[in-house]
Amino acid sequence: MRMRNVVATLGVAALALSVGACGKDDTAAGGGGGSTTGSCGEPHKFTVAPAADVAGSATYTKIKARGHAVVGVKADQPNLGYKDANGKRCGFDIEIAQMVSAQLGFDPAQIEYKEIPSANRETAIAGGEIDYYVGTYSITDKRKKLVGFAGPYFIAGQDLLVRKSDTSMDAGKDALKGKKVCSVTGSTPIQKVKDENLTEASNISEFKTYSECVSQLLDKKVDAVTTDDAILKGYAANAPDDLRVVGKPFSTEKYGIGVPLADKALREKINAGLETAGTDGTWKSIYDETLGKSGSAGTQPPVEKY
Amino acid sequence: MLSVLTDNWELFRDGFWTTIKLFVVSGLLSLVLGTVLAGFRVSPVPALRAIGTGYVNILRNTPLTLVFAFLVFGAPKMGIELPSYFWSAIVALTVYTSAFVCEVVRSGINTVSPGQSEAARAVGMTFLQVLGIVVLPQAFRAIQPPLMSVMIALLKNTTIAAGFSVLEAGAIPAAIAERGENQMLTLVWITIGFLILIIPLVFLQRWAERRTAVAA
Repeated sequence: MRMRNVVATLGVAALALSVGACGKDDTAAGGGGGSTTGSCGEPHKFTVAPAADVAGSATYTKIKARGHAVVGVKADQPNLGYKDANGKRCGFDIEIAQMVSAQLGFDPAQIEYKEIPSANRETAIAGGEIDYYVGTYSITDKRKKLVGFAGPYFIAGQDLLVRKSDTSMDAGKDALKGKKVCSVTGSTPIQKVKDENLTEASNISEFKTYSECVSQLLDKKVDAVTTDDAILKGYAANAPDDLRVVGKPFSTEKYGIGVPLADKALREKINAGLETAGTDGTWKSIYDETLGKSGSAGTQPPVEKY
Repeated sequence: MLSVLTDNWELFRDGFWTTIKLFVVSGLLSLVLGTVLAGFRVSPVPALRAIGTGYVNILRNTPLTLVFAFLVFGAPKMGIELPSYFWSAIVALTVYTSAFVCEVVRSGINTVSPGQSEAARAVGMTFLQVLGIVVLPQAFRAIQPPLMSVMIALLKNTTIAAGFSVLEAGAIPAAIAERGENQMLTLVWITIGFLILIIPLVFLQRWAERRTAVAA
């Protein structure tokens, strides 16, 4: 009897793991309470530029010798950086990564993706583990000392994801007092909640992935998930009947493409490519196919050269 | 190098303080539960022996992350509510570690000569008296090194709680990376922090070994 009970509870634990998408690969596999996942459609087709030389770029030389780019990405952010159950990758950031690869003259289909958690991004770029990183990577002055940033290619803002029927936080961040808030462990959004004292310390929960927070939100263990609206829209777009984004952003996050600090040549090459994507309509078509599905319009921010 | 520590001092302080609380509370609880389970495993009652064996074999073979995930994501769906994520972590660490403590204590019990408990029974002691007064004190002398290894493993295992909304030392790197600090230096400081926590345990073990040593 007792054995059977324990076996049953372990079964539930396994289910919880798959819902929460724990473990090393953060792949947000579907299951249980997870109306938050989806599968990837057909990838965008990019025209591969004739292989040009990026003078003075050590990274480009490495990519050329290898024949394909190694790109750091996220895998658990629906419509941004996502890997579906079949192992296909899609989303806004993935397509930006493919566009950059094509502009450098390498077939996007051959990109080798590496899932790098936020905390390890600087180490992975500095250590040469990846050539460049595209994954909701906010450009900040402190990070500029550790990595180079091309872009921004998108401007996001911190917002709140709530259950659809819950209108108590419609005023935005000032309505958070007394509410249970969830975000990723140590992330900038949760540090902002703490620094600005938006809710009580005991009401803050932090998990490894946003998928786990969303699972807690659907279970009514927390009242709001907070991070950049781009990420939240991705979840809301997959579960429009249960979740919605409040829509009162209270920060500005400029997403950049992380490249090695010393590689100014590569940074300038990618910047030029982003500008081209703005004028020839590539950026807009990428946006419309991914985040644009949430119904909100998007415009490309001007590239910052430094 | 020092600025990473001083600029983020409150993170290190709070993180390691939570680590210490997790370690001390779940360490003590798993010592008690592990010893009770070891008692189950050597008891004359077959049902208790079966419970002890089943517990140890299941918990010892389940990854700790899975135990955490069950308590945080699975248990609430079954109506089992713990007061906070901190207590979920305490329960997860305790039920997991006590399986290992149980086996260490049982191996210690096996080192005590059967003549000891036979003699104790002959003078009319009950099973609990035999275990508590005669066998366990001798067993604990033999198991100090492996028991301390289990405790040091527990100290390191506390870092898993970082993934389940308990902000201990394992959660420090994520927060510091977001602040744009050097990750390598962060990890160096965390390693130093753990060394500082482990060294007293090593001395405690040496002290206990000397205290309980038998004259040759």
